[in-house]
Amino acid sequence: MRDTQDPPLIKLEAAELHFPVGGILAQLQGRSTVVKAVDGVTFELHRGESVGLLGESGCGKTSTGRMLVRLDKATGGRVEFDGEDISALSGDALKRFRSRVQLIFQNPFEALNPRFTIRDVLAEPLENARIPKAEHEDRILRAMALVKLGDATQFMDRYPHQLSGGQLQRIVMARALILEPEFVVADEPVSMLDVSVRAGVLNVFRDVRAKTGITAIYISHDLALVRYVCERTIVMYLGRIVEDGPTEDIVANPLHPYTQALVAAVPVPHPDQSHEPLPIGRGAPDPRNPPSGCTFRDRCPRAFDRCAVEAPGPTRIQNRIVHCHLHAPET
Amino acid sequence: MTEPLLSLKDLSIAYKVGAHDTIAVEGATFDVQPGSIVGLVGESGCGKTTLARSLTRVLAANARIAGGEAVFCGQDIVALSERAMNGLRWREIAFIPQSAMNSLDPVYTVGSQLAEVLTRRGGMARAAARKRSEELFEWVGIETNRLGDYPHQFSGGMRQRVAIALALALDPKLIIADEPVTALDVIVQRQILDQLRELKERLGISVILVTHDISVVAYVCDRVVVMYAGRVVETGPMAATLTAPAHPYTMGLRNAFPDLAGAAGELTPIEGSPPDLANPPAGCRFAPRCPFAEARCRTDAPELLPYEGDHLAACHRIAEAEALRARAVASETWEIPA
Repeated sequence: MRDTQDPPLIKLEAAELHFPVGGILAQLQGRSTVVKAVDGVTFELHRGESVGLLGESGCGKTSTGRMLVRLDKATGGRVEFDGEDISALSGDALKRFRSRVQLIFQNPFEALNPRFTIRDVLAEPLENARIPKAEHEDRILRAMALVKLGDATQFMDRYPHQLSGGQLQRIVMARALILEPEFVVADEPVSMLDVSVRAGVLNVFRDVRAKTGITAIYISHDLALVRYVCERTIVMYLGRIVEDGPTEDIVANPLHPYTQALVAAVPVPHPDQSHEPLPIGRGAPDPRNPPSGCTFRDRCPRAFDRCAVEAPGPTRIQNRIVHCHLHAPET
Repeated sequence: MTEPLLSLKDLSIAYKVGAHDTIAVEGATFDVQPGSIVGLVGESGCGKTTLARSLTRVLAANARIAGGEAVFCGQDIVALSERAMNGLRWREIAFIPQSAMNSLDPVYTVGSQLAEVLTRRGGMARAAARKRSEELFEWVGIETNRLGDYPHQFSGGMRQRVAIALALALDPKLIIADEPVTALDVIVQRQILDQLRELKERLGISVILVTHDISVVAYVCDRVVVMYAGRVVETGPMAATLTAPAHPYTMGLRNAFPDLAGAAGELTPIEGSPPDLANPPAGCRFAPRCPFAEARCRTDAPELLPYEGDHLAACHRIAEAEALRARAVASETWEIPA
């Protein structure tokens, strides 16, 4: 949320991604419903920013990420990239867009074709983008250096199963970065990795940002990891944003009751820590049947009458935006 | 100290791969006291799950216990007949798997699965089983009217609670939980861990909690056993082991974990990867990744020896642990030599 004169690189305005549920029969009988995976999300990202999308499974963080790279088309609202509505892109314009944005997948063990050598894996996007063959070797070596696989020659002719998880995830990152995109969405990139190698991959992520100035979205349910790579965090709950602000402020002083529970729930790796019960109701959010008004109210320890009738709009508090009636100006 | 509930001595487990044995767990030795939670920590492939499973003697077809003993309430699990072992399962030692989805039968309601354990294994009458099921659901925080639901009607966290209820059904003394919260979101994870702790206090059961996450250990465990490449490298009281680790591997793990309560700081990976157990290095198995390794570390395997009281570590430089800890904090220490 920096105040800058530059136009944002990414702009979402009340973006929606709704999925119909129920079969053809249900639709014919008019019984079909929709799951509002993303339900009116608004935010902007400026060049060079790195933002964490944080929330539980089913909160819409992955759907938002897929919408941003147009793996899914928004069903409502507007998603802009560099001033253009990406829902309207097709043909060559869409192709150009695809070379400017990339997605880093969660599971490096499944993201790579097992029959391709590492050289093939990295050459494929170059071929798709019609980069002259003469440049391939050089681009591949540069991408591998960027993800700190320095002695690249030792990996080039190996197959994915011959590499460790940490090495594979670096290859996945190298592949995403090889066309020098301006924007990258990383979806839980270290959740499949062992702890001792996770730190290495996170350090590569930070390093790539510092060297290339790339704009990034980091999707995770783990605030401790988001804090390590993102200066800003957007917290989502059941398809909506609940809080958006500088990560350090959110860690130190969460404003939304959901964020407060989320921060309190993160275990820390040393013995002196609070064992207080979490300030949140049990039960899991049901995306098919969210509560009226504020969708968090059925688990919120501080919900009151207004929360059931009216969805809270954004309230700006210093450099943060909170969607909660507790913080809304009196009406 | 009271008589331990479970005492492992030199337990080894081998997998037959081709014509050769791969030793997945080698000489594991530790105790589990009654009413305590012991965290079994390590990376994938370190043998923690194999070790945990061996305690119910449910192992892969090509795996076998190759030596040592595991004395549970006076009897050696390793030497028991299959029939006697079957008598222990559920009644004395219960298992909570990582993914409850894969362990619950999708075509039966959770209530009938609970009833089956209670009547077939526990010999209860149907009415008593029904009453017990309700009690179990209350313990784990699920509304009793959900006994008639099928597994797919529960969320991941709720399914994990069902798995805990199943494990508790016949009042076991020991529960072995294999990464019970790994697949869950932080809020649900915390609620499940609170549940385990409450059950330990209320029922006096012991839990062996297999995990890769030292934050989970710090939150819920009384003791910790750290494994690396099939061997126990450090074991001790949770607080002492995490605040003053004596083994360089544990020191490295601590550096690799983000700490939300502290300053943002740097994370330091342990470079390299664990050795191939089919062809393990001589000496200390952590030596190839250890910044403090000396010549003897590459030739002689260190024994698990006392560091302070019942805090043990398997490191040749155990006497210098305090100085090594001070050096381990700096990330330069862990950079691979050029």
